[in-house]
Amino acid sequence: MNWISNYVRPRINSIFSRRETPENLWHKCDECGTMLFHRELSDNQNVCTSCGHHMHITPRARFQALFDAGVFAEVPVPEPKADPLAFRDQKRYPDRLKAAQRETGEREAMLVATGDMGRTPVVAAAQDFSFMAGSMGMYVGNAIVAAAQEAVKLGRPLILFSAAGGARMQEGILSLMQMPRTTVAVQMLKEAGLPYIVVLTHPTTGGVTASYAMLGDVHIAEPNALICFAGPRVIEQTIREKLPEGFQRAEYLLEHGMLDRVTPRTQMKDELVSITRMLMGMPPPVKGDLPPPPPAPETATPDPEPAPMPEGGKTTP
Amino acid sequence: MTQYLDFEKPLAEIEGKAEELRALARQNSGMNVADEAAALDAKAAVMLVDLYKTLTPWRKCQVARHPERPHCRDYIEALFAEYTPLAGDRNFSDDQAVMGGLARIDDRPVVVIGHEKGSDTKSRIERNFGMARPEGYRKAVRLMQLADRFGLPVITLVDTPGAYPGKGAEERGQSEAIARATEACLRIGVPLVSVIIGEGGSGGAVAFATANRVAMLEHSVYSVISPEGCASILWKDAEKMREAAEALRLTAQDLKQLGVADRIIPEPVGGAHRDRAATLASVGNTLRQMLDELSQTPPAQLVADRRRKFLNIGATGLAA
Repeated sequence: MNWISNYVRPRINSIFSRRETPENLWHKCDECGTMLFHRELSDNQNVCTSCGHHMHITPRARFQALFDAGVFAEVPVPEPKADPLAFRDQKRYPDRLKAAQRETGEREAMLVATGDMGRTPVVAAAQDFSFMAGSMGMYVGNAIVAAAQEAVKLGRPLILFSAAGGARMQEGILSLMQMPRTTVAVQMLKEAGLPYIVVLTHPTTGGVTASYAMLGDVHIAEPNALICFAGPRVIEQTIREKLPEGFQRAEYLLEHGMLDRVTPRTQMKDELVSITRMLMGMPPPVKGDLPPPPPAPETATPDPEPAPMPEGGKTTP
Repeated sequence: MTQYLDFEKPLAEIEGKAEELRALARQNSGMNVADEAAALDAKAAVMLVDLYKTLTPWRKCQVARHPERPHCRDYIEALFAEYTPLAGDRNFSDDQAVMGGLARIDDRPVVVIGHEKGSDTKSRIERNFGMARPEGYRKAVRLMQLADRFGLPVITLVDTPGAYPGKGAEERGQSEAIARATEACLRIGVPLVSVIIGEGGSGGAVAFATANRVAMLEHSVYSVISPEGCASILWKDAEKMREAAEALRLTAQDLKQLGVADRIIPEPVGGAHRDRAATLASVGNTLRQMLDELSQTPPAQLVADRRRKFLNIGATGLAA
C-alpha cells in the first residue's frame, strides 16, 4: 500500500475508463470481435460490416429500415389482464415486466405497425427478443390477433418477424393457449386471401416456432438464426450426444425443407417487397430508399398516433 | 400391488402392516388377526381420503404420471368397439407414441387419437414414453382430415410429457408438425372433444387438445412447461419443482377456473390407478355427453365456435 496504488493508479484508471464510458459508441461484434462504430452498425441494420454476423435489432429500428423513409403508424394492441396467475418465482412477474419495460422502453415484446414498404402497403409485426426473451404471452397473442385483423380490414399482407425463447412461463397455461389463438389469427389471413410472410430471426424457438412462425405462406430466415422447437441444450441432455455444427441454424433448416429462403437482413426489404407484390398481383416494384408516401386519408378516423420520425441511421446520406 | 408415491409412505406402512398380519395368520391357523387388520384397513382408508382431499400441485403431477394410471390404450380397449388402428404419416414412418384409428363408441363411428406412454419397459421404449415425433402429429392430421371428410367426430386422449426433443424430430420439423396439427384441430368441421387423462405437456398436448370441449381428469395436469423445466429456468434449480408446480397453476381445478378446461371428471379416491374400471367408465360417460352436446351442431358452426373459444381464452385471470 503506498500512494501509487492508493492514489495514482485509480486516477490513471479512471481517466482510461472515463474515455471508454461514453459507451455504445463502439460495439464489438459477437462473432468476429471487430469493433464497429455505432452509426456504421445501425446504418447496416446491426449486421457486422466485417463478417456479416446478424446482431439483435429492435422492432423499432427494424421498422425504420423496412418502411419507406422509416415512416410507420403503430397499430394499437389491446391490453390484456396483467399478471393473470399472480405468478412469483424468485421475483414477482410484474417486477420482471417493469424491469423489461425500463430496459427496452417498450410496452411489451411485440410491435405492430402499418405503412408502405417500397410503396407496397403492408402490416408488419416484430417480436422483441430483448423484452423478456420475446416470450409469447397474452400481449403477444393480442398483438398478433390485432395485426391479422388490421391486415384483413385493410386488405394488406402481414409480415411477421419472429424472435422468441418460446412461451412466457409466467403466464402459465394462458401463454400456451396463445398457440391455438395465434393459429386462428393466421387462418383469418388465409381465408381473406392475404399473404402471410414469416421472417424468422435469431432465435425463434419453442411454442412460437410450433405455432404462428411455422404457418406462413413463405418462410424466410436471417442467416445463422437458431430456429427450433426444443433448444440444443435440451436435446443434448436428452440424447446425450453432441449435436453437429450448425444444427438448427437457418441454413440447416433450409436444407431440411423447413424454410423457403435464407436472406441477409440488408436485402430483406427488397425481397419482401418483391414477394408481396407478386403474391398480391401488383406491378413490379420501385426499389431503393423511397421518400415517405403522401399522407393519404385511408381510414375514416384520423390516426391518433403520430408516426415516429426516423432517428439517425436511415436518413443519413 | 400398487406402487406408492413418496407422499403415500405412511399409507404404505399401514397397508404393509395389515398385509403382514394377514400373511402371519395364514401361516399360523390359530391366530385371529381379522379385527386388527380391519382396524388398520380402516385407518388406511381414512388416510387415503385425507391425502387425496388436498393434493398439492406437485403431488397432482406425480399422480398424473403414475405408471399404473390408465393410459390411452386402456381407454380404447374399454370404451370403444371395432377399434381399427390406422398407421403412418404417408411420409416417413408410423409413430408409436400416437395411437389412432377408427372405432365405435356405443354404435357411433368416430376417429380416436391419443398419446400412449406404454405400460412396461418394453412398451414404454416402443412408445417413446408418449413423446411424439413429427410423424405422430402428421398421422393425427391425416386422421383428423379423414374424419372431416366422412363426418366422423374426433376424440383425442391427451397424455404426454411433451413432444420429443430429439435430433431426428427437429430435422423433420417438429415445430411445423405441431403447428399443423393445431391448425387441423381448428379447421375440421366435425365435433372435436378431448380428455386430458394424465399429463398435458405443452405444445405436444395443444396439438390434440384444441377442441370444442376439453375435459380433464381430476388429478391430471396441463401446463406450458414441466415443473422441473420451469424450476431449472426460473429458479435455476430443478429441485424447486414444488414451487414451480404451485406457480404454474397447472391443475385441472386451476384450468377450469381459467376457462381452459370445460369440465372436470372426478377420479376414484386415491387416484385413477386405484380403481381403473371406475375411471374408464366415468371418462366414457363424459365422452358420450360431450359428443351428444355437439351432435346437432352444423359443421360451420363447430368451426366458428372452436375458433371463437380459442380467440377468447385467457381474457380472465385467476385470483391470487
